[in-house]
Order: sequence, then structure tokens, then C-alpha cells
Amino acid sequence: MRNPRYVMLVDTRLCVGCKACVLACKSENNVPDGYCREWIVEDIWGEFPDLRAEIRSTRCNHCSNAPCVDACPTGASHFALGGVVLVDHDACTGCKACIASCPYDARYVHPDGYVDKCTFCLHRVARGELPACTTVCPTRTLHFGDANDPHSEVAALLRSREWKVDHPETGAEPNLYFLV
Amino acid sequence: MSWSRREFIQIGSVALGATSLALGGRRSLFGLDSPDVADPHTDGDRVVATLCELCFWKCGVLAHVQNGRVTKIVGNPAHPLSGGKLCPRGTGGIGLLYDPDRLKQPLIRRGDRGSQHYEAVSWEAALDHTAENLLKIKAKYGPEAVALFSHGFGGSFFKHLLNAYGSDNVGAPSYAQCRGGREVGFQLTFGAPVGSPEVLDLENCRAIALIGSHLGENMHNTQVQEFATALSRGAQLIVVDPRFSTAAGKAKHWLPIKPGTDIALLLAWIHVMLGENLYDHDYISKYAIGLEELKAHVADKTPEWAAVETGLSVGQIVDSIRLLAGARPAAMLHPGRHTAWYGDDAQRARAMAIVNALLGNYGRQGGFYLPTKLPVAKYPGIPAYATKPPPAPDRPKGVTYPFADESLAHGLRDASVPGTAAYDIKGWIVYGTNLMQALPEPKKTLAAIQHLDFLLAIDVLPAEITGFADVVLPEATYLERWDDVAVTPYKEPFVAIRQPVVPPMYGSKPGWWIARELSKRLGLEMYFPWTDAGQMVEARLSAAGFDVAQVKKTGVVVAKHKPICLEEGLEPTFATPSKKIELFSQQLADAGFDPMPKYTPPEEPPEGQFRLLTGRTPTHTFGRTTNNRFLSQVYNENEVWLNARIAKERGLANGEMVSLINQDGERAGPIRLKATQRIRPDCVFMVHGYGHESKGLHFARGRGGNDSKLMSRTKIDPLMGGTGMSVNFVRIEQVTP
Repeated sequence: MRNPRYVMLVDTRLCVGCKACVLACKSENNVPDGYCREWIVEDIWGEFPDLRAEIRSTRCNHCSNAPCVDACPTGASHFALGGVVLVDHDACTGCKACIASCPYDARYVHPDGYVDKCTFCLHRVARGELPACTTVCPTRTLHFGDANDPHSEVAALLRSREWKVDHPETGAEPNLYFLV
Repeated sequence: MSWSRREFIQIGSVALGATSLALGGRRSLFGLDSPDVADPHTDGDRVVATLCELCFWKCGVLAHVQNGRVTKIVGNPAHPLSGGKLCPRGTGGIGLLYDPDRLKQPLIRRGDRGSQHYEAVSWEAALDHTAENLLKIKAKYGPEAVALFSHGFGGSFFKHLLNAYGSDNVGAPSYAQCRGGREVGFQLTFGAPVGSPEVLDLENCRAIALIGSHLGENMHNTQVQEFATALSRGAQLIVVDPRFSTAAGKAKHWLPIKPGTDIALLLAWIHVMLGENLYDHDYISKYAIGLEELKAHVADKTPEWAAVETGLSVGQIVDSIRLLAGARPAAMLHPGRHTAWYGDDAQRARAMAIVNALLGNYGRQGGFYLPTKLPVAKYPGIPAYATKPPPAPDRPKGVTYPFADESLAHGLRDASVPGTAAYDIKGWIVYGTNLMQALPEPKKTLAAIQHLDFLLAIDVLPAEITGFADVVLPEATYLERWDDVAVTPYKEPFVAIRQPVVPPMYGSKPGWWIARELSKRLGLEMYFPWTDAGQMVEARLSAAGFDVAQVKKTGVVVAKHKPICLEEGLEPTFATPSKKIELFSQQLADAGFDPMPKYTPPEEPPEGQFRLLTGRTPTHTFGRTTNNRFLSQVYNENEVWLNARIAKERGLANGEMVSLINQDGERAGPIRLKATQRIRPDCVFMVHGYGHESKGLHFARGRGGNDSKLMSRTKIDPLMGGTGMSVNFVRIEQVTP
């Protein structure tokens, strides 16, 4: 059986930036007050009245060539099922080398001392559910799945839609795609 | 590494015992394939299907409960209005349930009204005192002297109580301050209001025009879902808004219209539709009357004329309506929801309804569907109300609003000033609506309150209005109580229930219990035969033939789809006097109004002032969620939007704190300035519901600015009495630190 490559697709044409994803994530993952694992970016270009906008729900990119995994001195940051980048809380010393290396500013130090970030809700995925953000999204902006499965919805969308990734120049090979 | 993570925690965190994430799942440190993420264990040992009440849409949710504590709230996939998906507020019910500022026990006022000096008392004492006062008013002035102001599903029990008591004076700000103008305009044209949920088949729509609707910031869940579905299927979007809204950012055409000139644009659109034969001839000839009158009415309402009025280009006006009409009948001019703006709002809604009629979309797929509703009788076996109350005194003496079909909340308020209306209102029951923010002209609200014999407030949080009450009764939140059966007209008719997820916290009590206890003391207990609302819900469901256990389990029962549009074989009917769509309204002509909408230019803002526009943010429902600490993690204060060029010219910096002062000297703020390209230079915009002053709202108090304070002026809709509120102007003053 082929190894899965879990990816998330964000349809920027549909995202209204409502932050339902941010709050569902906080609630599902018990993210402490004052922190979040995902957030919304609103880009506006132009001057009134010639304006253009793009709204993106964003989070850890779960890079295939993850700088954080390289930077981690203890092996706490590691690849798990489907290439999902996780932090082993026990092994993490909170040294923040990963935070410095992340091109996406996706990590924060949990009040309990370890570095925390999006897990693609792997605990849900492992039991056949979608990540909390993907489940809650009222505009169906978010798609999650295995890009290595040619029959998956995400693979089909990556074939049929134009997409971009954030910071391609870093060579991190991110797995968060933005459909445009 | 010389120290372990445990030691690190001891250094880094005092709350060691609060370490809540389960760590047991990790097995292989460098394993590439192990699903080794720690499960945060937020799934409940119990999951209860119920209905959200963070707004009034009533989405089905599943509440997860662990050891008696609600851990998370997710969408109920079985419920048609949520389909398992939620807006941001839905998840945030925990922030309401566990809000430390909740009202915790009954209170009786001991100081002056507004002094917020209260004594905590027993339920017995509070209920006795309330009933005594209500009986006094009944004896002295008659039962109709008591009015109920209500917003929310739980209000139905207090309406029932009030009706049994002998008054039908129920005012919901959701009518005259919100969607009333729209409902009247559509009623006059099609013979039916748009309703809630709005009867819009957005998902099958091929072209959507929003005019003054900021869908996507206004998060009525089902509508936003369908809106996104339509966009994902390639629907074209036109957005008419003085502000570059979220939706405008997705539109093919954004028309940054001058505020208050919508009717000019709508008449020009009608002019183009008729002149270029873009309308549905067959549909109009079969279903509508008044086409010739309409043609004559808009003959001179050219795009060139409208361009001058609206500040739009002729090209924008013509291109946008061509795009919309090109997709008919699966094309829609969205009717909006909050429409109490300029005092001619019912006529504006008429113009919108006429555009939709010309698109031939009423009763059509991708247009306005004809909903079906399940027959579920009201409380079975309850005696009829004993008295037929007189009409509401909700307008000044001698004034008629002939097309108002609900009571006007501000009118009932004003009737509390003695001698001004048909009869005086002497007592208020205020349920779940913060009248200090929900009504414009808050000084009038304050003045009215001083004339009252008695004011009862029933609420979950100490909103400003509770500070003026004689008795405050703490209601249990929606997660702690039964409410009535929701019988919703929709594409597929359904019934759904709200049931308690956890027992009421503190000394709070469910609304039914409160209403019933009052009924006993008012000699009306025969109207409340069930000891709790759960029994009442069971009685209603059983009488209607539902399997109660099944409804309790799934929270909802959806009936079979029946035809809802022409394409499915349902011939539309119109409950107007002519039984047709009335492009020309004889009803309006007979009542002395314009039978077709006319444009009146809005008043210009004085030099140095801006028209104040208000709206919503996806995370909040007016002021009722702004104390919710969970939701506030992503939005915790409103800002005032000002055009970036204007801000620069005035030396105002993005992010600085400013005060807003309106034409009458009323102030709001300090509020943060958002200098942005996304708004016209002649207006400012702010999200409604901030600037709380109640001492009890420890989180929300002092955050942002209160737009209601700036609405010291209204323009009344002569058709239905709605309070146009976008008629206030503000200037901006820097706050010196």
C-alpha cells in the first residue's frame, strides 16, 4: 500500500474569513486561551474603488521537507502518518528552534512548556474523521485528504484547479494548498 | 538535555495540575507512520442533539459532555439548517454557558432605576414580587398595559403567559428595527413575506446580486453555505455596498453605491430590464399585474440619471443588471434582512421585489421557493385565551402605519410615556433583548422606563437593560433548558427540539419554569399544565404523531421533500388582493402611498461628518455575544472604518483610538480607527453591539463603541413604522491619551 500524503486545500474563492475553523480547532484541541493553531489572512490590494481581495484560512503547512523537523534538536518535531508533522510533547524542551525555522509562523509555545501547532487533527483522521476545521467550515472552503491517492477529492482538485502555496521559495514543500 | 519536560513545566507553569492534554498516545519517538498525536479527548461521554441559540437561526448542534461539563459543540449533520457545519458562533456556546458574568440569582432593585443597586433574593420572593406588581397593573389599568419585549426562541413561553394574562402587546426589535420593511415590501408585491429562514434557493442560483446584504459577515449558516455552494458552481456575483465587504471581494461587479440611493439604482435596473427586454415576458404576463404602469413609471429612470444619484458609472449599472438578468430565472436579487435604514425601506424592498418579479424567479428553482411546513398543533388541550386584547398602542395618537403586521417595539416603548398613544403601557417584561442597544434613541428608552410602574427583565447576562429592571430573573442558557418545538418552514419541512445538555448552573431556571411559576401566582396555571417544557414538547410531538424518543435522539425529524417550485410542478400562488404579483400596488394607492417605489435623494452629510453605517461581524450576534470570552479570542472589539485617504488628510492613523460624535452631540467610543481602502469617503462603518457600560459585563464593558448611542435620530417608514437608522452623521475626534 502506498504511503498517504495528507494535504489540505483552502479554496480562497469561497473562504469568507468567518473564523469558524479557528474556533472549532480551539474547541476540538483544547487550545489554551490566547492561542490558536490556525488563523485567517485577509489580503487587500488596490485603492478605493479598484480593489481586490483574497481571504485564506491558514495553519501549519505540514511540509514534506519540514525545516522544523530539521531544526529540532531532540527529535520532538517529526513526521507521522501521512507526512503530518507533529511535536512530541514529552520530547520537546521548548527551545524554539523550530519556531525560528518555520516559514509560516505556525508554532507557539504552549503554556505547559512544549511547542504546539496544528496536527491536521490526526487523532480524528486516524478514526476516519476529517479535521475539525474542515468539518465545521460553512463554506466548504477546506478539503483534506491523501494527495497520493489519485481517486481522492484533493488529488482531483489539485489536478483541475489552479493553486498556489505559501513561500514556495523555501523549498519546504508545503502541503497546504490554496485554490485560486 | 539536562532537564526533563516535567521539570520544565514546573519552571514554566504554576498550573501543573491543569495539564490537560493526554500524553499517553506517543509510542515511537522517531516512528514515521505511527498515528501518535495525543488525542485531546474533547469527545463527550454523552452527546446531546439540540438547537443553537447564539443567533436566532436555530441550527442543529451536537453538544459533547464529559463528566457533566460541555467540552465542545459541533454541527448536527442531520439538521437541515446546519448540515453538520456551524458558523463561528455555534462553537462558542461554551463561552456563554461558562461565562463567569452570568446572572446567577434573582435580584430585586433597591436603588433608583439605573443605579444597579440590587439585592439577591429567593426565587419565591422575586416571583411573588413580580406577580404582585403584574396583578396591580392589571387591576389598575387593565392587562393590556403590560408589554413584552422579546428576542429569541425562549420568548414564546412569555408571549403565551402574556396572552393568557390578557395582553398581546409583544414587540420584537427584529421587526421595526430590522427585517420589517423587507417583509412588508415583499408581502405587498408577492403576498408573502420572505420569512426566516429566508425562502431563497441560493444554492441553485446562477447569478446573485446583494444590495446592502453582507452575507459572509452576516453568518446565517444555511444561507452562507448555499451562497458558497453557488459560488463554487460558478454563480456570478454582484455586490452593491458602500463598503468593500467580504462578499464584494468575491464579486464580478462591486458597485460602491452612495448610501441611501439604492432605489435610484433599482429603478434604473428596472428601466434597463424593461427597455432591453431582459425580463421574463411569459412569467410576467401570466403572474403579474401593472407592467404598463411600471414601464411608464421608470421611463425616465435611465442609467444616466441613476449614475448621478448613486455615484456609480452607467457601465456598472447596465453591465450588472445584464449579468443578473442573463441568468434568469435562476437569478436573484437577495432581499437582505436588516433593512431599517432610510425610512423608505418598505418601498425599497418593493423595488427589490419588482426586480425579482421581472427575473421571473418567485416560485422558481434558483429563486424564491415556496416552503412547506409540518402541521404541529400549539399546546394541545390548553384553554383559549380568555380575553381579546385591544390593538397595540404602538404608534403615536392619530398615526397609522397601515401595513405594519407586527407590533413596533419602539412604539410600545414610546407608549410608556403617558398620554402619547391610544393607551399607556405601565409594565414591561423584557426577555432576552437588551433594549438599551436593540432600540435606537436610547434616551427615549431611558425616559420611558422612568414612567413605568414595573419592569421585569429575564436574561442570561447582565445586559444594560437589566440594570433598569425592578426584578431581574436569571434564565438558564439554551444548553440548560428545554424550549418549544421548532416547526420550521423550509425546503424540506422539519421539526427540531432544544433539550437540556447539562442542568442549569447557579440559581438560574429555565424559561418555562419561570413562566409557569408566574402563571400560578397570576391565577393562570391552567395555561401551563406541564411541570417542565420537556413534557410540553413531548405532548406536542406525540399529538402530531412523532416518535418522541427518536426526536430526542436525533434532535430533528425531516419530512419528505414536497414540490417547492414550478420546476418541481408546484404552481405559485400569490396572496395579494389581485392574486397576482403586484408590480403596481393598488393597496398602496388606496392607502395614499406611491403605488410604485419613488426615489428620494438622501440628506447629505454636513461638512466634516460622515454617514454612520452599521453591520455585523461573523463572530458575534449584536451585543448578546460580545461578553463571550471564547468568541472574543478572534474578535474582541469593534472598529470604525474610515476611508484611508480621508484618514490621511485628517491626520488620523490606522489603529488609533477615536471618539465618534453625532449631529446631536451624542458620543461613542473610544473606538479603534480602521483606516481602509474598503469604504467610500462619505460614510463610516461599525459593527453593532459594542461599547457596553453594564458593570456586570466584566469582559465586554468599555470595549469598542456603541452605535446605538449615535442613533439619536430615526426616520420612520410611513408604510409600516420601521425606524430608519442610517440617517445619523458623525464626526471623528482623536482621543488624546
